[in-house]
Amino acid sequence: MAEMDTSSGGGHKKGPGVKKGKKMSTRVDLTPMVDLGFLLITFFIFTTTMSKPTALKLNLPADTKNPEEQNKLNDRSALTVMLGKDHNVFYYEGQLADGATNFKSSNFKDIRDEIMQKKAATDSSFMVIIKPNDESTYEDFVKIMDEMKISQVERYALVDITPLENNLIRLTEGEPALPMPAAPAAAGKK
Amino acid sequence: MSRPKIPRKSTNVDMTAMCDVAFLLLSFFILTTKPKPSEAVHIDPPNSVSAKQAPEKDLVMISLNKDGKVYISTGDGADDKIQKQEIIKSVNAAKGLGLTDQEIALLTKAPFIGSPLAQLKVQAKMDPSQMSSETLQGIPCQDTAHNEMVDWIRGVKDAYAGQRTPNILLKGDNFAKFPVFKNIVGALKKNDLLKFQMVTNPEAAPTGSLLYKAIQSGKLNAAE
Repeated sequence: MAEMDTSSGGGHKKGPGVKKGKKMSTRVDLTPMVDLGFLLITFFIFTTTMSKPTALKLNLPADTKNPEEQNKLNDRSALTVMLGKDHNVFYYEGQLADGATNFKSSNFKDIRDEIMQKKAATDSSFMVIIKPNDESTYEDFVKIMDEMKISQVERYALVDITPLENNLIRLTEGEPALPMPAAPAAAGKK
Repeated sequence: MSRPKIPRKSTNVDMTAMCDVAFLLLSFFILTTKPKPSEAVHIDPPNSVSAKQAPEKDLVMISLNKDGKVYISTGDGADDKIQKQEIIKSVNAAKGLGLTDQEIALLTKAPFIGSPLAQLKVQAKMDPSQMSSETLQGIPCQDTAHNEMVDWIRGVKDAYAGQRTPNILLKGDNFAKFPVFKNIVGALKKNDLLKFQMVTNPEAAPTGSLLYKAIQSGKLNAAE
């Protein structure tokens, strides 16, 4: 049979009767695969928790039975910070005055400045006394411990709140005061 | 005059390189991801500027959820499991609970302990997947007179006696009330374990604070 060889010149000649196979590209379209890859990456990025938990160290002093062993607090160098409900913060400097004239309310934003001011104005005997009341949350407690770290207060103590202070907080928060115990209980120092 | 012919170029880009990068990143993220341990008790810890990593060995975790329920657990390592068994045995002996060896083994397998001492037998019978803050009532710690945490901490102390010091971690929820925390601390103090750590989420030191300045000037290592 007479067939014309239509293949362009230059290529190797094929025998008669051999059909010319079309040369297929071996390339595969990788676009969907890339899409899939990035989709999975996004998934893993979002589900990975990047931050590992950290720990805040707390060392407690041992309870001393003997009151003489406890260090006496210098009245003027102390700042007492009390925690109430709804993240309320209260403080007074030195001793609580008669009629609670130096009892002030504050919040977590302002207490840092207050601590820093007091720290700058006092010598190294500066000390913060922390008294959370029963309505305060664990978050508030950790927050105020954190404030100690932020303002680099070296001496601070966790002390039970006195009924008088607790009632001052309750009255400020608009709650009825609790009955005061007959004999004013001494604050158990921790 | 004829215009010069502009060769028509294909708009297809070679995707191979991009594909390589995508899968390289993918394998990186798969390998670095640690599966989150299943949380039967959900706790949202507060933030702190502390940059110290929480320890992972020899740990005793006291969890305090937002309802004030208290749970105690240990780490996942083989060593920690042995210690857990010791803790349960010690509490069993001290309080005369009469738990059988099988019940102790079952409690050791449980992810955490969260029942009053009188109901430990009930918890031992439960399926670990059923244990959650809804089904368990927690270790009673609400008032000072009836504080079972004291017994558990004594058990921890006995189990670790003379060997290493346990890393006591307290993981409390933001909304947990302070009195329960005070009772846990009271239980630790009664057993003379005066060092413990509170689990927090990391946070940067606020700009302008004394801590921030100290870190900036290099006087203080942020990890301290």
